[in-house]
Amino acid sequence: MPAIEVKGLIKHYGDVAAVDGVDLTVEAGEVFALLGPNGAGKTTTVEILEGHRAADRGEVSVLGFDPSTGGRAYRERIGIVLQEGSVERELSIREALAVYGAMYPSRLLVDEVITMVGLEEKADARVKTLSGGQQRRLELALGLIGDPDLIFLDEPTTGFDPSARRQAWGILESLTALGKTILLTTHYMEEARRLADRIAIIDHGRIVAEGTPATLGGRDGGAVIRFSLPAGSTPEDLPLAGAKVNGSTVEVEAASPTRALHDLTSWAVQKGIELDHLEVDRPSLEDVYLELTRED
Amino acid sequence: MKTEAPTRPTVGRLMWQQFRYQNKIFWRTPIAAFFTMVFPLMLLILFTAIFGNDVIEGLGVTTAQFFTPALAVFAAVSASYTSLAIGTAIARDNGILKRVRGTPIPPWLYITGRVASAVYLAFVAVVLMMAIGIVFYGVQLFPRTLPAALLTFLVGVGCFSALGLFVAAVSPNGEATPAITNATLLPVAFISDIFFPVQDPPRWMELAGDFFPLKPFAQSFRDAFDPTLAGSQFHWPQLAYLTLWGVVAAILAIRLFKWEPSAGSGSRRSRRRGKSGLETV
Repeated sequence: MPAIEVKGLIKHYGDVAAVDGVDLTVEAGEVFALLGPNGAGKTTTVEILEGHRAADRGEVSVLGFDPSTGGRAYRERIGIVLQEGSVERELSIREALAVYGAMYPSRLLVDEVITMVGLEEKADARVKTLSGGQQRRLELALGLIGDPDLIFLDEPTTGFDPSARRQAWGILESLTALGKTILLTTHYMEEARRLADRIAIIDHGRIVAEGTPATLGGRDGGAVIRFSLPAGSTPEDLPLAGAKVNGSTVEVEAASPTRALHDLTSWAVQKGIELDHLEVDRPSLEDVYLELTRED
Repeated sequence: MKTEAPTRPTVGRLMWQQFRYQNKIFWRTPIAAFFTMVFPLMLLILFTAIFGNDVIEGLGVTTAQFFTPALAVFAAVSASYTSLAIGTAIARDNGILKRVRGTPIPPWLYITGRVASAVYLAFVAVVLMMAIGIVFYGVQLFPRTLPAALLTFLVGVGCFSALGLFVAAVSPNGEATPAITNATLLPVAFISDIFFPVQDPPRWMELAGDFFPLKPFAQSFRDAFDPTLAGSQFHWPQLAYLTLWGVVAAILAIRLFKWEPSAGSGSRRSRRRGKSGLETV
């Protein structure tokens, strides 16, 4: 049974369709990223799965529960890391983890969780004295304390500076290594690529592409060959169909790159031409993402 | 990965946890602890210094005998109504209520834990006030009226806890809440014989005082410490009236309560919104 199964999910706010027919399947043990720009419907989707909001239409099954009616039994099995979570500022890290941990039937040991997120030195410090990054680690710890089968990570690094983001990824990677099912939302492509087994790109409340980081949006298909147009040659001289010239750079999308490269380099060697700036590239995840979420 | 034995925590255990931690949070919030525990004591010291601790003409009791129970009620209302409203609204602004809603603790149990803590802190404030009155100002206790005093305390604090939750439910955010509680509590305290006994008040003031729940609470509680009165001092009509206020407030609070911060409430949220907005440009 998949951990998460969503069919035809729809949620309107007034006349605006925040989620407009989303289908999702997340297998148990999988790290799944919902990638999309701000306002794409990520948070609404996740909040429906968490049981914070009711869907207007569609079928939602998470760990076999309907989140809107799953109540206590459902919440005992999930861990939520809030986009902007917060804990009582007057408590220490250890106290916060103890009081929230006590709500779950099966829970991890407080000290172990503190070690996992690297807050050992701050264990007895009040929450209000923590830095932003330390507070986010505490959020993570709170998401883990109930030993959940499924963890929701809603934009875990939004608002971080690049070095803090890299640090957070390190912690999240250790989290993904636990083998728990994780649903991650993010608007950072790099984050989805690094952490997720599978990615769905969401835009205007719809899933526009889905796949592994390597195959998403047909990235595993062709390649792009780029080089500088050799002096004295015109695009018509080239042994390649569909070459586009951009300034002095030639760009060719090749369905079978091996063949195309062979034709190109044989031609160049024969003519005694050096192809400057020759490179073969697959469309980056960024290219795919920008293409799919482009504002028309 | 070590886990403790997977048994669902009992209601009693969850309640105890919430109660303990809410108390901890209270004592670690100096401003709440000051206004609930210290400020009413300061009023008692001031009033007895200003008016002298002689028998008040027309009332037949000493200044301290009149003010100590009145200010004890004020402290109890501060612990329940004011602290509960402000604490709950701030917890909502900070996303704590939303976090709690995503955990297995039943919502009613979480709220009950908060209320239980408020009632306990009100009790501490009342005992502190009465103890200071007895030790330093010769305030008298009467064993025959103590059951009535205790019941009045519980009904009154229950009523004002419900009102505190109602204010938390309708208040837009944690910053507005202290203004709402002060603007409601202080004027009502003045017409409810808390800060001074109003003798021969205008008719409207008397009616207004009788309408709001503070005066019935203060009057019933104070009468339990009035040496000129005989009997057990159970004021059943007043207790029923307080219960009515409490039940109505509780029903409205339950219907109107929100667990999620309203858009733009709290300084942390707006700060971050600005930040992430920049990043997407």
